[in-house]
Amino acid sequence: MRLPAPTNPLLTSSATELAELIRNGEVSAREVTEAHLDRIAEVDEQVLAFLSVDADRAKQTADRVDAKRRNGEQLGPLAGVPLALKDIFTYQGMPTTCGSRILAGWHPPYDSTVTRRLLDADIVILGKTNMDEFAMGSSTENSGYQTTHNPLDLDRIPGGSGGGSAAALAAYQAPLAMGTDTGGSIRQPASVTGTVGIKPTYGGTSRYGVVAMASSLDTPGPCARSVLDAAVLHEVIGGWDPMDSTSINEPVPAVVAAARSGEIKGLRVGVVTELGGEGYQSGVLARYQAALRALQEQGAELTEVSCPHFDYALGAYYLIMPSEVSSNLARFDAMRYGLRIGDDGTHSAEEVTNLTRGEGFGAEVKRRIIIGTYALSSGYYDAYYGSAQKVRTLIKRDFDRAFAKLDVLVSPSSPTTAWRIGERADDPLAMYKADLCTIPANMAGNCAGSFPIGNSSDDGMPVGFQVMAPAMADDRLYRVGAALERTGLRYSGGEDAFR
Amino acid sequence: MALSITEVARLGALARISLTDAELEHLAPQLDLILEAVAEVAKVADPDIPPTSHALPLVNVFREDEVRPSLTNAQVLSAAPAVEDERFRVPRILGEEE
Repeated sequence: MRLPAPTNPLLTSSATELAELIRNGEVSAREVTEAHLDRIAEVDEQVLAFLSVDADRAKQTADRVDAKRRNGEQLGPLAGVPLALKDIFTYQGMPTTCGSRILAGWHPPYDSTVTRRLLDADIVILGKTNMDEFAMGSSTENSGYQTTHNPLDLDRIPGGSGGGSAAALAAYQAPLAMGTDTGGSIRQPASVTGTVGIKPTYGGTSRYGVVAMASSLDTPGPCARSVLDAAVLHEVIGGWDPMDSTSINEPVPAVVAAARSGEIKGLRVGVVTELGGEGYQSGVLARYQAALRALQEQGAELTEVSCPHFDYALGAYYLIMPSEVSSNLARFDAMRYGLRIGDDGTHSAEEVTNLTRGEGFGAEVKRRIIIGTYALSSGYYDAYYGSAQKVRTLIKRDFDRAFAKLDVLVSPSSPTTAWRIGERADDPLAMYKADLCTIPANMAGNCAGSFPIGNSSDDGMPVGFQVMAPAMADDRLYRVGAALERTGLRYSGGEDAFR
Repeated sequence: MALSITEVARLGALARISLTDAELEHLAPQLDLILEAVAEVAKVADPDIPPTSHALPLVNVFREDEVRPSLTNAQVLSAAPAVEDERFRVPRILGEEE
């Protein structure tokens, strides 16, 4: 069983191309939206990228864009372009479930800042995409609703937690998507679907209205099939938000200019020793080496750099993140919104909370809440959470040392390509290792991105190249991404790729 | 083994999650493996290293204490599992004997 190739050229066009066609009146926003809605109707039974689609509202938004154009109003850089929104962002008028049964059918009473900015930019939101429950997972198998399939091989996972958004791009159901990245939830899905995914600097994008997982790490970011598309979306959604107390009050780095330039002559690139080698798929390493050569040929200066404490990042992450999770998810108490189980007059409020959380949360969410509860409990706090916070300092120092001499650090985005659905479903530690390379940037709050660098020779699946840059130097990610893209390394889905 | 089934049940109670016996038996060995793997952080966490709780230097953010538009009562209650007299209706919070 394989996915039909997209036949309508509106589907394979980039977001920036579509926006230009719409601005020039060569095609209507309505036509572009309908082409993508048709594509969703055609393939989503196989891909299962979307949890909900609102076709009527999407068409209404498109019609408004077309009316604006007819009236000679100025259109924004992505006006009329369709987008797939991860189901973690609140959006009034549609359910926000965050992939969890505990939020089944919940209609939020407000829009997230990201949603608001998308709507203000006249971007057409097609629907909400599937994800691992509360963004916990690397395959979407932890979703309370469905498992998304990798469009390039329907037997394989699309990555996670933002597998729905990445799959929607790869299947040409949308040219743009939004994700959130706490430990790799944008970059790893991008890596295994051959698309582009950016985790901006922490605080560079607003968390307001994003269902919280681990608040010191959660970062919304853009997903696309091309580097420029991701950059334009980044500028639309990024920047200071008074509704998020950790938002950075500085202008968005010049990411669009960087994506257009792709100039890397003299750029000092650090190849991280600890991220690569043993435990990495050989086909991944081969593509990675080829991409490094491509950067070198364009004038980048490559240096090997050691970040010794990255080896402890996974351990520290799986203490800090669950600790924050156990605290954040306490809000799901069955009292004010969401699921309520056992309210039959025979159970106390506390029993109803316990029953609801027992039934409403899936296995991975329970695992993480319990790990967090343990790590924060008296007697264990110093050994676990306390130690993890110290490792976070050490990881930051590794980055600081490296960035004192280097402009960017690079690594594979993930140790392997997309594995088969079910392979790691009940092996949490194996699942966690998918985020080995992406976690350090979250711990330090840096920006990082994953860019497609072709397919692995051993299984034919896409490989991602990770670029990491200092906080608020997001433009460097796009510069390197564009340089790779220029050598022909880009999303390559289509007739031959779908299998 | 660091985590017994009894201990996981206690943690479940602290975290306000009802866990079935089957879940406890399944979770306990998994959690044990995870804790064993993450405990390696203690190896490099020397006493003189300051902890980092947050990636960015944080300053408290204040705004003027003024009335602003907010959600209406109806909006706030719109997603409630149960409503009574324009308030959230919740199950009893005290036992019969209290």
